[in-house]
Amino acid sequence: MVERQSPLEPAPLEPELRTGSHGDFEHGIEVILSETRPGSILQLAAWRGQEKELIAGIRNVTGLTPPDGAGAGSTDGVRSVFGFAPRKFTVVDEAEGLASAFAGVVTPAVGTVTDLSHGRTAIRIAGPKAEWVLAKFFAIDFALPAFPVGAGRSTMHHDVFAQIQRTGADQFDIYVFRSFARSFWKALCHASEEVGYEVQ
Amino acid sequence: MLITCPYCGPRDVIEFTYQGDGNRERPQPASQDLDAWNAYVYDRLNPAGDHNEIWQHSGGCRAHLRVVRNTLTHEISSVAFTRGHHKVAARHKAEGKI
Repeated sequence: MVERQSPLEPAPLEPELRTGSHGDFEHGIEVILSETRPGSILQLAAWRGQEKELIAGIRNVTGLTPPDGAGAGSTDGVRSVFGFAPRKFTVVDEAEGLASAFAGVVTPAVGTVTDLSHGRTAIRIAGPKAEWVLAKFFAIDFALPAFPVGAGRSTMHHDVFAQIQRTGADQFDIYVFRSFARSFWKALCHASEEVGYEVQ
Repeated sequence: MLITCPYCGPRDVIEFTYQGDGNRERPQPASQDLDAWNAYVYDRLNPAGDHNEIWQHSGGCRAHLRVVRNTLTHEISSVAFTRGHHKVAARHKAEGKI
């Protein structure tokens, strides 16, 4: 597969892209930002009535079972899955080649597989103030009871479409369009300045 | 204004795109009935009260939704996926809601 270049490479005049501590970090680091660079980011969609087949296929290929319910999902740290729309799921793997693993499972009779690995950038925001920073961006409830670990949400920030999965009690993975990732990353940095953040 | 998407839950109206009046009935594509086409394109109820509308959750799950919104108060009394919305619209009409 074609080698990917991160849209978040550091540049001389953009200090917020460099690894290290930034903002008001004298009082501690409360947010950690990183790019997770998964090898595969897929969008799977089931035709009407084929959702159970698709979920069975996801279970067979990834070993993960998305729980019932809108926006529900799960993660094992290597692979992640969550529903982002009716009968549609985002599936992510650290390794490349997930699309070909699904090719024989999600047949044309079941649904579709769209490989977005080169089209999305995965940004991880973690730390005790991650929820607080995201609440500045998105008008959705980030509290743990309303947004449990594994669950996903489709929303947007200033027309930048974002899919967010909670992958830990204080950790979220955000999938944004690759072309918007740099600007979105910098916005996240500016929003995190006042609590001190570290770029990893 | 909040619209409670059946998939995503309550979201701000900024995430949604208005797709037009939900009371329209599109004539069959081959129809030569000019009055029916004229009514489809131009005739609107424009009620002061509950209005049957189509919205898309374009900044979320991207589903098309049938929304009953009060044009005076912006109160949203019903949100559902559009599939079968004509049946729901007919029921609302029968119940005198629109």
